[in-house]
Amino acid sequence: MSHHSAQRLFSPLVLTLAFTSGFIIMSVELLGGRILAPYFGSSIYVWGSIITIFMLSLAIGYLTGGRLSMNQPSLKRYGFFYIGAALALLPTIFFGENMMDAVFLRLEDPRYGSLVASMFLFFIPTVILGMIAPYSVRLLVESAHESGRIAGGLYFVSTLGSALGTLATSFYLVLWFEVNQILFTMVGVLLFAGLVAIFGSRYLTPSQKD
Amino acid sequence: MRDRMLCWTLLGAFPRLAFISLAFISLGFTSSAQAEDIHKEKSIYRNILVKEVYGRRCLVFTVKRGDRNQTCMDLNDPKKLVFPYVRMTLAGLLLSPEPKRILIIGLGGGSIPVALNEMYPDAFIDVVEIDEAVIKVAKRFFNFSENEHLKVHPADARVYTKRAGLQGKRYDMIILDAFTGDYIPEHLMTKEYLEETKALLTGPGILIANTFSTSDLYHHESVTYSEVFGSFFNFKMPNTGNRVIISSNEALPSDFVLRSRAKKLSARLQNYGVDIEVFPQFMRRDIDWDTEKRSLTDQYSPANLLRSDS
Repeated sequence: MSHHSAQRLFSPLVLTLAFTSGFIIMSVELLGGRILAPYFGSSIYVWGSIITIFMLSLAIGYLTGGRLSMNQPSLKRYGFFYIGAALALLPTIFFGENMMDAVFLRLEDPRYGSLVASMFLFFIPTVILGMIAPYSVRLLVESAHESGRIAGGLYFVSTLGSALGTLATSFYLVLWFEVNQILFTMVGVLLFAGLVAIFGSRYLTPSQKD
Repeated sequence: MRDRMLCWTLLGAFPRLAFISLAFISLGFTSSAQAEDIHKEKSIYRNILVKEVYGRRCLVFTVKRGDRNQTCMDLNDPKKLVFPYVRMTLAGLLLSPEPKRILIIGLGGGSIPVALNEMYPDAFIDVVEIDEAVIKVAKRFFNFSENEHLKVHPADARVYTKRAGLQGKRYDMIILDAFTGDYIPEHLMTKEYLEETKALLTGPGILIANTFSTSDLYHHESVTYSEVFGSFFNFKMPNTGNRVIISSNEALPSDFVLRSRAKKLSARLQNYGVDIEVFPQFMRRDIDWDTEKRSLTDQYSPANLLRSDS
């Protein structure tokens, strides 16, 4: 494949990866309700805790991802966000119950219990997943006048991914699989996405006009 | 459930009549056939309606697809247990005739705790109810009140159970009767929850669970209960969709024991409209569910999705 024709794949690849991260963010968020229920119930405050932590983590992720995009943005670094998010989900799978046991013993009020537990379970992976959105914008934007269109397109695919992740998880995935099976699949998908980006970075580079 | 369904259908059919019945009242006479909204209570879970129809006052969870009665009280005979499943729940007394400590998950209108508190004034009864609004309505409209021996704890049952286990609380009788407008909350149907609940039972303690027998979920629930408790009494009565599971930490008593205990309890239970002597013949031990179905766990509990499967 010539460098030129390969370069045409750059934008679809970034969009596909952004879609994937959108899908996984919401899928994990929904599973969060299932993970916390045995310890903190399934009341509205449990969902309040989960959504608060996800929003907070995403906010910090956006800020961090934006900052990081200032420093020699590349598809390779982008790929490491995916690898990082995959690895950050592993403690949630392996040590989630121990952690929730510990929180349950220390905090009587299930509102703060679920908030602290969500923090430990989801903060780091979600911050990393949040970094992907602004970084994707930086990888695709070539000039100031098209930046709004590119950002809009990226929000479009990643939020579409989130919508689909929500629907697929709540309608079907929980019916077919166990919670941990779904989480392991997410880890696998993130690792694969990261490797594709890292491998792709040998052939593809973001356009540099500025 | 037939009774529950019937009442539900009637209420569903008459919402517009509520307005007419109000008009009748203002004219100075009432008709018992018309549904009348007595009270609406806002709740963070689902809004609660108190209705009166056919001389019964009912606590209703309002859901879009139609209202579901949680508890009804006969206004002329408030002691009488109106719904078959409530009466069936008391079959647990055949396994544990003198419970000293009782845990009830789900308050509703409070008919079960009130009946048990009257029958066993020395027993300590803990009721767990997630919704403060339900507690308020039960106290104001359904003659429910707390006392030295009867306490309500506003909490999620899963959280209460875990905490009670850590605190070393033990019960002779545990009644699972937590319902949303739909069915039992999913995290209260899993194997892990049942194990946590079983750990709260005293040596001869028993667990009574009110479930439905009308969907595919019946098989999954049955498999889950038998994994945790081994054999149990599968108690179904003709013309109801209810199935009450009664399981024990000890071996199940013989039919003879059930019948002789029923005879002794019979007089005390007549006040509540419970004909306990007919119960033993319907308390089956045989397996009538598909044992190949998957049990429900914290990892796999799409309970309400399984329910709509059939």
